[in-house]
Amino acid sequence: MKKILTIILVIAILASFAAVFAACSGSDEFKVGIICLHDESSTYDNNFIQAAKDAAKELGLKDSQVIIKTGIDEDTACYETAKELAEMGCKMIFADSFGHEKYMIQAAKEYTDVQFCHATGTKAHTEKLANYHNAFASIYEGRYLAGVAAGMKLNEMIAAGTITAEQAKMGYVGAYTYAEVISGYTSFYLGAKSICPSVTMEVQFTGSWFDIALEKAAAENLMSRNCVLISQHADSMGAPSACELAGVPNVSYNGSTIKACPNTFIVASRINWVPYFKLIMKAAQDGTAIPTDYTGTIADGSVVLTDVNTTAAAAGTADKIAEVKAKLMDGTINVFDTNTFTVTIVPPSGAEGDFGTNTSATVDANKKLTSYIADVDDLGDYIGETEVVADGAFKESKFRSAPYFDIKIDGITLLNSKM
Amino acid sequence: MTEQKKIREPLFRLVKRTNQSAWLPWVVRIVTVLSSFVLIGILTWIAYGVNPLNVYGYMLTGAFGTKFKIMRLLRDLAILLLFALAVTPAFKMKFWNIGAEGQVLMGAFCCMVCIFYLGGKIPNGLLLLVSLIAALLGGAIWAVIPALFKAKWNTNETLFTLMMNYVAIQIILYAIKIWAPSGTGILTPSDFGHLPKIGGDNFWFSIIVALVMTALMFTYLRYTKHGYEITVVGESENTARYIGINVKKVIIRTLIVSGIICGITGFLLVAGINHTVSSTTAGGRGFTAILVSWLAKFNPIGMIFTSLLVVFLSKGMDEVMTMNGVTNSFFSQVVTGVAFLMIIGCEFFINYKIIFRSRSEKSAVAPVQEAGAAEGSDETPALADTTPPEEAPQTPAEDVAASDDAAKEE
Repeated sequence: MKKILTIILVIAILASFAAVFAACSGSDEFKVGIICLHDESSTYDNNFIQAAKDAAKELGLKDSQVIIKTGIDEDTACYETAKELAEMGCKMIFADSFGHEKYMIQAAKEYTDVQFCHATGTKAHTEKLANYHNAFASIYEGRYLAGVAAGMKLNEMIAAGTITAEQAKMGYVGAYTYAEVISGYTSFYLGAKSICPSVTMEVQFTGSWFDIALEKAAAENLMSRNCVLISQHADSMGAPSACELAGVPNVSYNGSTIKACPNTFIVASRINWVPYFKLIMKAAQDGTAIPTDYTGTIADGSVVLTDVNTTAAAAGTADKIAEVKAKLMDGTINVFDTNTFTVTIVPPSGAEGDFGTNTSATVDANKKLTSYIADVDDLGDYIGETEVVADGAFKESKFRSAPYFDIKIDGITLLNSKM
Repeated sequence: MTEQKKIREPLFRLVKRTNQSAWLPWVVRIVTVLSSFVLIGILTWIAYGVNPLNVYGYMLTGAFGTKFKIMRLLRDLAILLLFALAVTPAFKMKFWNIGAEGQVLMGAFCCMVCIFYLGGKIPNGLLLLVSLIAALLGGAIWAVIPALFKAKWNTNETLFTLMMNYVAIQIILYAIKIWAPSGTGILTPSDFGHLPKIGGDNFWFSIIVALVMTALMFTYLRYTKHGYEITVVGESENTARYIGINVKKVIIRTLIVSGIICGITGFLLVAGINHTVSSTTAGGRGFTAILVSWLAKFNPIGMIFTSLLVVFLSKGMDEVMTMNGVTNSFFSQVVTGVAFLMIIGCEFFINYKIIFRSRSEKSAVAPVQEAGAAEGSDETPALADTTPPEEAPQTPAEDVAASDDAAKEE
């Protein structure tokens, strides 16, 4: 009896396989592929996934035309997934993580008729491939605005007598001590300083992009050091939830945390990838050129702020943000205006492993930055080659889309360093 | 009346099956595998409204859709198979080596050390040779440390090998921080120390190595003195000692063999496939390998098929999820887990049957005899360990003593 049942089952399943195979022959419709490091449970990747879906919807693409591959490691798996997507007929393939870059370039060299786009990468402008492109956004503008909201909150605390002007110290939980994070916290600090001139900041790094326990511990340490407001550049809920528990105001990142932190969440900045996805999807569809190095800005909607939480934010925050945003867009405010910060240069002491601080910078008698040679061409030498200070400002994201501001400015104390 | 209550038998008991035909277990296995696929189809249909027939279609296209996908599947199968081959001799010896992950990582790490520091300075052929030797040493040392402790001080190898995994991961993370100061935790792949590509891609090398190693391991376990010693030590250490086998030596030697295979795997992962190393280079396959090995009853040829099943399910479910726009991995993991639970469960029911308490008083005697008859059969001793005989519920003390004796004899 069992034997007969088995045979029947086998035949039924084989028949269904055959039927499906016949139905599954490939179609020639336009397709794009998206490669993500993690899946939607990571706020970082989810930001890309949702943006790709939204952009496709706005362009009238069907779900079946956008193939999203999640959980693709930063090794040969990335190249193989890109190849798989190219074989499926994708005309544009996008990858979302820094470590994917080399494998995307490898695939781009092999499939010259497919467009390869990569977020956060640095090599497109030196590789000079017609079908390989980098993208990032001037998120420092968003963080500057978030900093404005933080400054407003500090001023409110000073006015209420909760703290003195000297006690206006913020804490920042960072992932790694490198340009993307340094550029982020510096712009946040400068935004706050533009509102509350006496503000100082302490930064603690976790050495990971996603570690709930470490981020929570870092936030708690900063609060125990009398930081009265916390912000972060890491992807877990560790820092925001620690703030909610302690009742310390928090400026978030990647998206609103108001549901989990109704009493302490002020505002959050994030990169909105929809404009870029629309650009590359449309370009791939129409066969038009894609910029080699694309920097989304606050003006084109690539950098956005969430709604301000009026429960936690100071009164008038939303209006102030709107006002500063307009000035950023018309160019009257420059985030890295060299008049707004000072830089201390520490030459190497001669001890092994001590390379000094800000040695690529030149400053005038008032410690204002006059020149900075940044490592824009990321050739693995970690040696700068491009002058990035001009017209009284540090030109972030001008020579390539990925951030390269890595100056340690005065007023910010790094508690540790995680490379 | 009161007496009867005292000796009341439990609701159900497990009894070892005896005298079953050779083909019946295979029918049960095949039916189980097929019904686990049916279940996957039904669950996906319920969760995402996907026509179950399409589910199987996607699984097939995901695994075998193009020549490239077939080759990639075979390569992944080969790598998983190598992991499984590495854990097998230790497991057969009842040395619970759950450290294949760390042993492969150390092999990969040592290989990467050579490529990183010697790449471009010595000829590629020499570099590959040096990295291979380093990888073998790395894997072997990482495996032999817990073996030495086990042989010398009888430490718990399960915990020891598990902890060694974390040490290996931390060593790699530390090295990456030194090698790649850009701060993103990613080591850019090296241009040096690439294994020659056979047929233009990196697939064949791993496949060929895995095939050769499978044949060698099969021979080693079945036809050599070493293999016999492993079997004897696994069945009973006391017997092994009695017939003059140096158990400590066998443990250490076997773990060196395990470690060397892990070293080869690590070498393939770095020099043949990724050209870089990260904490996820082994990707959890050191643990999946245990499933692969065990399901195949430690038979290297059988592991080809169990690896195929694992890799097919993984690639297949990936495709099902991708093609239906699902951007999380929870569902496919749950479904894969359920499928394997069924398959493992079926092994249990092939070996044991459940006897429920019958309502009539007389029948209480019958199962006791049956269970008694089942004793002496030595199939899947590990499972038998977990279900001590229950034939004499009236005299618990005596029963425990008896089963203790049995355990010692084993």
